[in-house]
This record gives sequence, C-alpha cells and structure tokens, in this order.
Amino acid sequence: MSKPERRPLLDFERPLTELELRIVQIRDLADENEVDVSDEIQKLEARAAQLRQDIFQNLTPAQQLQVARHPRRPSTLDYIQAMTDEWIELHGDRATGIDDKALVGGVARLGGRPVVMLGHQKGRDTKDNVARNFGMASPGGYRKAMRLMNHANRFGMPIITFTDTPGAYAGVEAERLGQGEAIAYNLREMFRLEVPILSTVIGEGGSGGALGIGVGDRLMMFEHSVYTVASPEACAAILWKDAAKSPQAAEALKITAADLKRLGILDEILPEPIGGAHSDPLATAATLKAAILKNLETLDQLTGPQLKQMRYDKFRKIGMFSEVSA
Amino acid sequence: MSLFDWFANRRKSEPISQERHEREIADGLWSKCSECGVLTYTKDLGANLMVCPECGFHNRVFSDERIRQLIDTNTWRSLDDHLNPQDPLEFRDRKSYTDRIRDTQTKTGLLDAVATGVGALAGLPVALGVMDFRFMGGSMGSVVGEKLTRMIERGTGDRRPVIIVCASGGARMQEGMLSLMQMAKISGALERHREAGLLYMPILTHPTTGGVTASFAMLGDVIIAEPKATIGFAGRRVVEQTLREKLPDDFQTSEYLLSHGFVDVIVPRTQLKKTLAQLIQLHQPLRHAEHHTAAMQVPDAFPLPTVTAD
Ligand SMILES: [Zn+2]
Repeated sequence: MSKPERRPLLDFERPLTELELRIVQIRDLADENEVDVSDEIQKLEARAAQLRQDIFQNLTPAQQLQVARHPRRPSTLDYIQAMTDEWIELHGDRATGIDDKALVGGVARLGGRPVVMLGHQKGRDTKDNVARNFGMASPGGYRKAMRLMNHANRFGMPIITFTDTPGAYAGVEAERLGQGEAIAYNLREMFRLEVPILSTVIGEGGSGGALGIGVGDRLMMFEHSVYTVASPEACAAILWKDAAKSPQAAEALKITAADLKRLGILDEILPEPIGGAHSDPLATAATLKAAILKNLETLDQLTGPQLKQMRYDKFRKIGMFSEVSA
Repeated sequence: MSLFDWFANRRKSEPISQERHEREIADGLWSKCSECGVLTYTKDLGANLMVCPECGFHNRVFSDERIRQLIDTNTWRSLDDHLNPQDPLEFRDRKSYTDRIRDTQTKTGLLDAVATGVGALAGLPVALGVMDFRFMGGSMGSVVGEKLTRMIERGTGDRRPVIIVCASGGARMQEGMLSLMQMAKISGALERHREAGLLYMPILTHPTTGGVTASFAMLGDVIIAEPKATIGFAGRRVVEQTLREKLPDDFQTSEYLLSHGFVDVIVPRTQLKKTLAQLIQLHQPLRHAEHHTAAMQVPDAFPLPTVTAD
C-alpha cells in the first residue's frame, strides 16, 4: 500500500516513511541498472517491519489520538464502500431543511443481508473537510441518523453505526437548532429500537457528538481509535488552564481502546494492521466486516424485547462508585 | 401596586446607615443582589425562595433548600444518599481527583452532586432529583448517573412522575468515559419511564450545559426553565471561538430557548411548585382522577404573597 510519494504525516511515523522511501528508491535504481539487490531489500524491509512494530506498539495516548485523527485514516464511506455489496446513501432529516454532510447514512447489503449503515464523515482532503465540517455533525445530522434508525427498526434491519468525530458542532446555528436536544433524543430513542445496533469507533469518538449515534448492543473500537469525554485539548484548557498540557490530558482521560475495555465500556477491540488502519485500509475493512457479521449472527438469536433488555443492562452497569454505610 | 414595588417601597421607608448596612451584610442579615444591587433582608429573600424581590433575579439555591421549596414538610425520603464517588482513572490534573473529592465533600457536606428521593409535592407523589452546583459545578460522574437512574427506576416502579432540577456544567471529566456513558444510562431509564406512560419534567436552572443538556435536561415531556438561566450544549466561549463573532446577548438563555422552541415554559421559582402540581394533575387521566381527590386540595406550603413575573 505504501507509495514512494507518501509524506510522513505524523512525527513519529517519519523514520518509518523515510525508510520505506529509501527501499523504493533502491529498488528503482536497481531496476534501472538491472542489479540484483533483493538481499539488501529484504534486510531493509525486515527493518521497516520491525520499526513499524516498535512505533505502533508503543504509542502514547497522545500519539494514538494522532493516529485516530490521521488524515488518511479510512472514513465511514471508505469502510462502507469496501465492505458492502450494495449501498444507496439516503439524505436528509425531513425537518431542518439542510442535509448534514458530516453525518452520512443509507441502506446497504452486507454479507448478503440488508442493513442500515450510518456514521460521521470526515473529509478526504481540505475542500471535502470543509463540506463535511470536519465530521462535526449538526442537529440535522443527528435527526437524520434517528430517522434512518427508525427506518431500520420499521423494516427489521440491523443498524451499523460508525463513530468518527471530534465532537458535535459547536456553532450558533447548531445551538439555535437544538444540538443538545438532538443528541439527547437519540440517546433515549436508541433504547426503544428492537433491531440489533452495532457501534464501532473507527477513528475519533468525541464526547456527546459520538455517543449520539453510539448506543449499541455491542461497542467495538479499532485498536488505535480513541473515545473521549472531552477532547484532550479542551480538558487541558479547563483543568490544567493550559491547552499545551493536552498530552497529559490524553494520558489522564483514559481514551484508548485498551483503557476503555478495562473500564467495562468497550466490548471488543478490533486489531489494526501494524502501521495503523491507514497503512492497509482494505485489510482493516475486512477485519471490521468480519466482526460485524460475527456479532450480527449472535444478535440475530435475540427477539426485539430481549435486545432492548440487553442494551439497557449493558449501559445500566456502567459507572464506578462505592456505597458507604450510613 | 406590584409586589416588586411593594418590596421596594418598604425598603425605601427604612433608611439605614451605610456602615450598619455593611455590618449587617457581613452578618448575613441583609443580602445584596448581585444583579440590581438592592439590599434585601435575608429572611425575606429566603421566604421569597431566593428570588430578588426587586428585580426578580434568581439566586442559586442548592439541593437541600430546593427540596424544602418543592416537597411537602415531612414527606421527603432521600434515596441512595450513601453513594460515594471513586477515582477509577486515578485522575490527576493540578490536583488529584481523590483529593478534590475529599476537599469538596468536606467543604459542602455532600457526597456528590445530586440529591434524589421521593416525596409529596403539594400532596402529589413524585420522584425528584436535584443537582447541586456546589459540588464540582454539578458535574455528572458515576454517582450522579447512578443516583438519577435509580431514582427514575423507582419512579417507574411506583408510577410516580419524575422531576429533575438541573444545574450542571456537564460531564465530570475526571471520570473520563464513565462520565459520558451516564448520559446514555439515564436516558435509557427515562425511556422506560416514558414507556410506562409516566410524566417527566426537567427544571432547567442556571446553568444547564454540556452533557446534561445533551441528555436528561432535554428529554422532558414538559421542559421548564427558570428565568434567565444559561442553557446550552457547547460553552459560550467555545461557540465564540468557533465563529469568531459576537454572539447575541440572549444567546443560550431560557428566553432564547423558549423562543426557539426548546423549552415549553419559563416559570419563576415562586410559581414553580404550584405550576408543577398543576401540570401533574393535568396529566392524570380523568378515569384515574378519583384516586387522587385528596391531592386536589393543594396545601398552601408558602404563605408568602406570590411574586408575579412581570
Ligand atoms: Zn435584584
């Protein structure tokens, strides 16, 4: 997957991308001069593999956050495209008068079965990102999501949601249109639905804006995805009174998949290729597809009321406190 | 003559020397309104439910006092008041969360940021949660989530209307994602309460923001706000930074939400108990009404003259 023109986008990726670039250069030179350098190449590739492993197995939470926000990290539509046999995007919430491009959804065929898929959508480049509002959905986006989830419930289709947002949009228009109400409504209504709901944090799970489509029967996260109550930047600004302390906040907030598994919030960690999802999007999509289909198979055994009960119980037990004797 | 005028005139008729004023403010005998600057005899202010008789400014009231204001004497049974916060993340910013909890508990005498219980409101059985802004800005962590959830479940089981007085800066960051997930947990409990056909009314007081706004504050069958409270999802400063423009003065106020259709009614605190009782009774189907005839005789819990909103 790695292309020679690939620039290192993250500081800690730099030694790796430089080495990968050198391998390609040597190979090109060898081809031109018809010299056999396969031994040399093999050694360098082994070194690159080792380096990749060293880098990606020891990421700090702040680095995980960078990987989760990587501009080339596969997006909701990338996964949908890679996983589904059929896909028709459906637009609009039928109320606000604007179709929110930061939250996309539609009907799809996955592994032969009809499903509704929806998720936050970041842009693939700067221009796209502006149109997608960097994956920060507006009330209309959450209402579109709810409309599609009700649609799924009506036709007995499982709901597959993908989370990838820095947070719900914080703007005058969003406040005016009831950003809080839109998210709150989804939180409650998702407990009412009688079809399976599978939620996966594919990139960045930013606070209430993430949870607004994230009340699932199963919560999955990719290995390098993060899920935060507040962005480490905001948390550092508020608690440390210093936005530059964001790496410390990232550490303290326990935002990684491994942490959230320990805290009983996350059900399943999906492995990423060494080098992160962006180093091999197709392999990553295959992992996701397999996990979704496996979970759906289990959830298929349950009736609507059983699903609701299970969903309730799942969230009911989240929280840590003690009971002191009076 | 409106009541405001009446209070104002009464005050004017009692000239008091400056130094005596200052001494008596320090003694707590008189309270100076932070909004209009007018002095009110503290006992009168309390009797007026901490609403400035001069300008109608709603001073903050905390959970114990709010419960006294809303619940009939000797009917309150508090629930789960033994739940104690933990430090599951071993969180430390400039201070460790464990120390912050301990210090706040010592200072406030509260274990965490919400009081819950059941009681009678003008003779009507209700389940009530009152957030307490004194405790870390009313932030929502595991204890707040668990206590509210248990209270709502109790309300569903007993078929009581649920009322939650909101006052919160949002999620308790020191509990990380456990805090965020309380939004879902409480919303799930409200869904069951709703499914049982029961009435839920949040009261939005100053301030109601962040994760509370994005969950139970906005899920009421009837959403009530106190006048001039700040209510919003994103913080005003965050919105300002996002847009780099000046915001309208009334942005994220009760009045702003009312005019944009996200609050049903603004009720001055002095009318709150009466309005809640009226709403609860209006939502009792007629065929059940005979069971509640006793409740129709609303005792006058507050013999003070009522202050009108205008
Ligand atoms: Zn005043």
